[in-house]
Amino acid sequence: MQEIIQYLFSGITTGAIYAVIAVGLSMLYSSTELINFAHGEFVMLGAMAIVTLWVHMALPLPLAFAGAVALGCCMGLLFERLAIRTARTPQPIVLVIITVGASIFLRGVAMIVWGKDPFSVPAFSRHDSIEIAGAALLPQSIWIVGAAVLLAGGIHFFLKKTLTGKAMVACAVNKKAAWLTGIPSEKMGILAFAVSTGSGAVAGIFIAPITMSSYDMGTMLGLKGFCAAMIGGLGSLWGAFAGGILLGVLESLGAGLISSGLKDAIAFILLLLILYICPGGLFSAKEAKRF
Amino acid sequence: MLRIKNLKCSYGSIVAVHGVSLSVKKGELISIIGANGAGKSTLLLAICGLLKNWEGEIVFQDKDLKGMSPPAIVRSGISMVPEGRQIFSPLSVMDNLKMGAYTMYRKGLKSQVEEDFDMVMEMFPILRERAHQLAGTLSGGEQQMLAIGRALMARPRLLVLDEPSMGLAPKIVEMIFNVITTLQSQGVTILLVEQNARAALKISHRGYVLETGKMVLQGSADELLVDDDVKRAYLGRDYGDFYDGRDA
Ligand SMILES: Nc1ncnc2c1ncn2[C@@H]1O[C@H](COP(=O)(O)OP(=O)(O)OP(=O)(O)O)[C@@H](O)[C@H]1O
Ligand SMILES: [Mg+2]
Repeated sequence: MQEIIQYLFSGITTGAIYAVIAVGLSMLYSSTELINFAHGEFVMLGAMAIVTLWVHMALPLPLAFAGAVALGCCMGLLFERLAIRTARTPQPIVLVIITVGASIFLRGVAMIVWGKDPFSVPAFSRHDSIEIAGAALLPQSIWIVGAAVLLAGGIHFFLKKTLTGKAMVACAVNKKAAWLTGIPSEKMGILAFAVSTGSGAVAGIFIAPITMSSYDMGTMLGLKGFCAAMIGGLGSLWGAFAGGILLGVLESLGAGLISSGLKDAIAFILLLLILYICPGGLFSAKEAKRF
Repeated sequence: MLRIKNLKCSYGSIVAVHGVSLSVKKGELISIIGANGAGKSTLLLAICGLLKNWEGEIVFQDKDLKGMSPPAIVRSGISMVPEGRQIFSPLSVMDNLKMGAYTMYRKGLKSQVEEDFDMVMEMFPILRERAHQLAGTLSGGEQQMLAIGRALMARPRLLVLDEPSMGLAPKIVEMIFNVITTLQSQGVTILLVEQNARAALKISHRGYVLETGKMVLQGSADELLVDDDVKRAYLGRDYGDFYDGRDA
């Protein structure tokens, strides 16, 4: 029992990070209809930036945090400007392939900048763990889950309640009609990229202390985030969030109770099952269509 | 107010509009009629900036529209109700109207936007009832009303409508046409593209006939309504003929 609770705690913690990655992906999808397969690399950039800024340069944590997020946003903007917007035939399939190419590029650059060795980052807060039903809950976990909820909630609020957020959704739904109502679609796309990659960097910052950070960590995390977003139904933010938590918990339980070698396989088994049984995702957004 | 000179639009090698000229004066209600594929929508897309590579001249209130982006054109005072409504289906009716007012919000004219909500809701009372419903669940007629309402939210000086009566019941068509005349009498200049030629000409001052990308005829609406060629090609019989006992 105690073991299971322990697995749940760690599952929810990693799950919250997957959730943030998935929300970033899903948010970009719902405002540009683009699936960014380079999203994981922005998570990696966030983690590596916190290594450099906080661990190596010993900047104060809030400053390092802001710097890492800013790096994620800026790289996202550059990516949009240099790779996405210059695409001569901006069909979805072309753009998706561009994102795959960009992920390879970013990984290569990271390898040159940070080298191949993994880094570790100490916990952000150094309090003792809290004991619940015999299982240890690290303060770090509370941090992570809290920040994830805050971030996803913020993005949700932005898209559902603010004028700019709604305009972003309108652009994704019908870009030409959005243009005709006076919404500058390109600017909305740029903003969506910045918010999405920035939130990816946040996920990277939070995952840094609970794993080893290296230039190639992004691929797996990006795919996990993609699985989570698919489980939730692409385009539904809360679905993506729930998908992330679910994936984290199942991974942790599967690794702990069955075999630790199974950890990464679980995400993909789950993805296949979802695609097979309910391809729209478990919590897919309600379609406002009449037929 | 709007002056188009020698406009030529093409899609790759297909030329859809060959050297069309037309003008719309302030306060006028002008209709453009023509068969399917005549290039009516193409002409409107060029006006509102969605079509980029056109040749010729489009001048609105002494401003050359060449190279302007669609949002800039909206800000300069032209709103379009596109063919097939093109509402934002996953957004609520209210939010669709808000999107229509995007440029107004950005100019900081929030109180005017509130007035405009009331104006649109008064014009189309059904939209008030449906305000919080998702736009995609509206009926075709309601969607058309929403599309018109959304375009009005930007307070256009020139309202461009592309086949607003398409696929609607006669009652709704009549209502929409009434709204169009009301708007015109309130001082909005209107450019209307219609298949429903008789109904459109009846409320218009002047009309243009477009045929395979060329402007073949123009004149006052009354002249066009009795023109033999127009009658044969576009007017045919409609309900009015049976009721009035006239024959086309
Ligand atoms: N994107 C496009 N690519 C190639 N050809 C196009 C494109 N859009 C329109 N056309 C062609 O341009 C011509 C004019 O089309 P347009 O849509 O302007 O006609 P329309 O007068 O609005 O017709 P309708 O009454 O059926 O709406 C047609 O022959 C059409 O096939
Ligand atoms: Mg048309």
